[in-house]
Amino acid sequence: MIFNKLSRRFLVIVTGLASMVSMSAAHAEYALNMTKGVTPISQQQYGLHMLVFWICVVIGALVFGAMAWSIIYHRKSKGAVAANFHESTTVEIIWTVVPLLILIGIAIPATATLLDLEDAKTDADITLQVTGIQWKWKYTYVDEDVSFISSLAQSSRDVVNDPTGNENYLLEVDEPVVLPINKKVRFLFHSSDVIHAWWVPALGVKQDSIPGFINDSWATIEKPGIYRGQCAELCGKDHGFMPIVVNAVTEAEYQQWLVSKKEEAAAAAASAEQEWSMKDLLARGETVYQANCSACHGPTGAGIPGAFPAMTGSPIVLGDAAGHIDIILNGKAGTAMAAFKGQLNDVDIAAVVTYERNALGNSVGDLVQPSAIKNAR
Amino acid sequence: MYTDTAHDAAHGEHHDHGPAKGLMRWVTTTNHKDIGTLYLWLAFTMLLYGGSMAMIIRLELFQPGLQWVEPHFFNQMTTMHGLVMVFGAIMPAFVGLANWLIPIMIGAPDMALPRMNNWSFWILPFAFTILASTTFMEGGAPAFGWTFYAPLSTTFAPDTTDFFIFAVHLMGISSVMGAINVIATILNMRAPGMTLMKMPLFVWTWLITAYLLIAVMPVLAGAVTMMLTDRHFGTSFFDAAGGGDPVMFQHIFWFFGHPEVYIMILPAFGVISAIIPTFARKPLFGYSSMVYATASIAILSFMVWAHHMFTVGMPVAGELYFMYATILISVPTGVKVFNWVTTMWKGSMTFETPMLWALGFIVMFTIGGLSGLMLGVAPVDTQYHDTYFVVAHFHYVLVTGALYSIIAAFYYWVPKWTGHMYDEKLGKIHFWWSTISVNVLFFPQHFVGLAGMPRRIPDYSLQFAEFNMISSIGGFAFGLAQIFFLYIVIKTIRGGVKATDRVWEGATGLEFEQLPSPPPYHSFTEAPTVK
Repeated sequence: MIFNKLSRRFLVIVTGLASMVSMSAAHAEYALNMTKGVTPISQQQYGLHMLVFWICVVIGALVFGAMAWSIIYHRKSKGAVAANFHESTTVEIIWTVVPLLILIGIAIPATATLLDLEDAKTDADITLQVTGIQWKWKYTYVDEDVSFISSLAQSSRDVVNDPTGNENYLLEVDEPVVLPINKKVRFLFHSSDVIHAWWVPALGVKQDSIPGFINDSWATIEKPGIYRGQCAELCGKDHGFMPIVVNAVTEAEYQQWLVSKKEEAAAAAASAEQEWSMKDLLARGETVYQANCSACHGPTGAGIPGAFPAMTGSPIVLGDAAGHIDIILNGKAGTAMAAFKGQLNDVDIAAVVTYERNALGNSVGDLVQPSAIKNAR
Repeated sequence: MYTDTAHDAAHGEHHDHGPAKGLMRWVTTTNHKDIGTLYLWLAFTMLLYGGSMAMIIRLELFQPGLQWVEPHFFNQMTTMHGLVMVFGAIMPAFVGLANWLIPIMIGAPDMALPRMNNWSFWILPFAFTILASTTFMEGGAPAFGWTFYAPLSTTFAPDTTDFFIFAVHLMGISSVMGAINVIATILNMRAPGMTLMKMPLFVWTWLITAYLLIAVMPVLAGAVTMMLTDRHFGTSFFDAAGGGDPVMFQHIFWFFGHPEVYIMILPAFGVISAIIPTFARKPLFGYSSMVYATASIAILSFMVWAHHMFTVGMPVAGELYFMYATILISVPTGVKVFNWVTTMWKGSMTFETPMLWALGFIVMFTIGGLSGLMLGVAPVDTQYHDTYFVVAHFHYVLVTGALYSIIAAFYYWVPKWTGHMYDEKLGKIHFWWSTISVNVLFFPQHFVGLAGMPRRIPDYSLQFAEFNMISSIGGFAFGLAQIFFLYIVIKTIRGGVKATDRVWEGATGLEFEQLPSPPPYHSFTEAPTVK
């Protein structure tokens, strides 16, 4: 009778699981497993993952099978009488040695993959420096004089209250990293504040970016495409909002992209030489503020009491412009306030200083030109 | 809890001190049973407190988008949930079991250091009040994860972090005092004839756990002290700008943190090793190999810490070493599981509630152990690290492992403690309700982790929506099941079928063979004879 009851319970569980499986089969995009990825390393990782997984399945089946057998047949209600054995050196040696052999079988391919994964230096074609910043990524193409910051796309920020139907929600950035296929890219990881981790599953790369350290890793992307990832190390409030997008293209497209990035940089430098109007500075300042400052200081400048100071009525903002510019350029040691001189250009800093002094409930009235920032650097 | 005991004690008033009356009994008690009860109630309170934060987490993750809480508050919830469950629920629950059981298992009249015992308990409510109070302060509760990596927890943390540091110090002091007490009791107060190799495995696992505690809690204290001086006294232990090393923080933390994992699971092994033989009506298979396996797990636990750090950029030789050492731990752990299964083999099993929880433990702890083996393979850990796959892994080990063993221990020994049988039907409902919901809760987290969902994020992209919703539903059901457990606990304390002294047909050990149910307030005032 108990057996009947048990089998009924078992049936309930099986039908439940079956309905879950069919549900996931109906939505193929809901992935169940690790991606195979598009680099030699990610494919090796996938192979190892599946190998160890199936070993675990077999071990699990044996252990649970033996358990189920005794639960079914060695139960008192079936009249089972307890045996009295409680030791067997032979058996114990076997189940120590056999697992050891299995582990050696796992360790050999794992060692090979690990040695391969750690070999970032040999024959690298391109070096990309990746800097983690609360809460965005800065990419510097070391040999190319190209550098930019990549942060969460506005299309995701706009819909956090209801992201239904927003494709690539939280996995879209304003400026993706562009890399050529079939080239060995060496990544150098670094952080300007707390510890972040740069992770793109399809590339098989996850490496911490740590202040004071330079870590490396590598990838040779074998297929053009857009590959998405996220920060994987808790890095503060907006840890969940600093995605990574890698756009893998052919060598020709990559070269073309480099040229356009350099032209963009030249145009930006030229605009720093101009005199800017209050209206233009405020408009640009708002964009810069919302992208770089609002995460801590709040979209309306209210800050987070006890954690991040308010902009509205701040003595630094209301005080001398030189002090205001200084804290944005150089940050404040011992606090979460970052140095922005490496992240923002003269126009952006001039715009955001002007914006903070004349918006967010403040009205100092003065206007800061890009030339003032250039002089303060 | 003691209405019956008080009644019994009244009979023997001439030569026995019963418990004092009223609240002061609990404040001033030096009785191991009272202190055990206090620890267990604290642990239950913290389980519900930590659990309510888990409910907030699962509520926010129920669907994509930010609906209920701000990201900063979400981080406070994940951090406090971890801290409260580890230091407030699991560890005190095992100390509570140790207090209740070690003296009556080894035939001692009480713990060796009863006044220190009182103190080590009463520090804890203050520590957790201090920790919890930060939630209501400017800057909020700790929001840097229960692992509090520098520099997020130093330079970038709010002022309330100092309260956290102080609370952790208090918890550490409490744990070390508790551990000293356990060691002093086991080594000095065993009844004549109770040789080390005759001790129940629960006593053995606690003896080893206590050494782990004494070894690593001071390391944790060192870590938080360095944080404190970095924050206020101009040192730069973890500040790269001052020549310090943020990675050193992680080495120090995990040198504490990995043995800590075994602090939370070794006593569970002891509990399961008591329950399985009782209901299989067959002696534990391989007692001495169980003792040796526990000791080797404990020693290995000091040598594998950096497997939590495979992505920090260690030299390749370091990664290889930590990978080999880590996967090696699965050998003694496997021995334990094989021994339990062999104990059941050709037994004469019945399936009362404690046995159900113990069987649930073996199955689901093994699942957690196997995913641990996967995580130990360093090159693939690149993909698993800091994802929901890890979250699923350690919840299988800590919830369906450690917590399940604690609940199993409750059902197994509560008739002994109170003299009342729990309601068998309610206990079984509690088991099935919890076991189905906990798998609905944590199993899908393997999938979202493998598919690329990082842990500790308040919001996620749409591809993870379905499994997160399923997981949340399981979470709410599992949370509710523990409220139901609270009802069962209170009902059992207040009354129930009178338990026999032996309680279970197959039970062995001094507490079942030589003490009535419930035991007198002072038991074994004369040492029993151990065959």
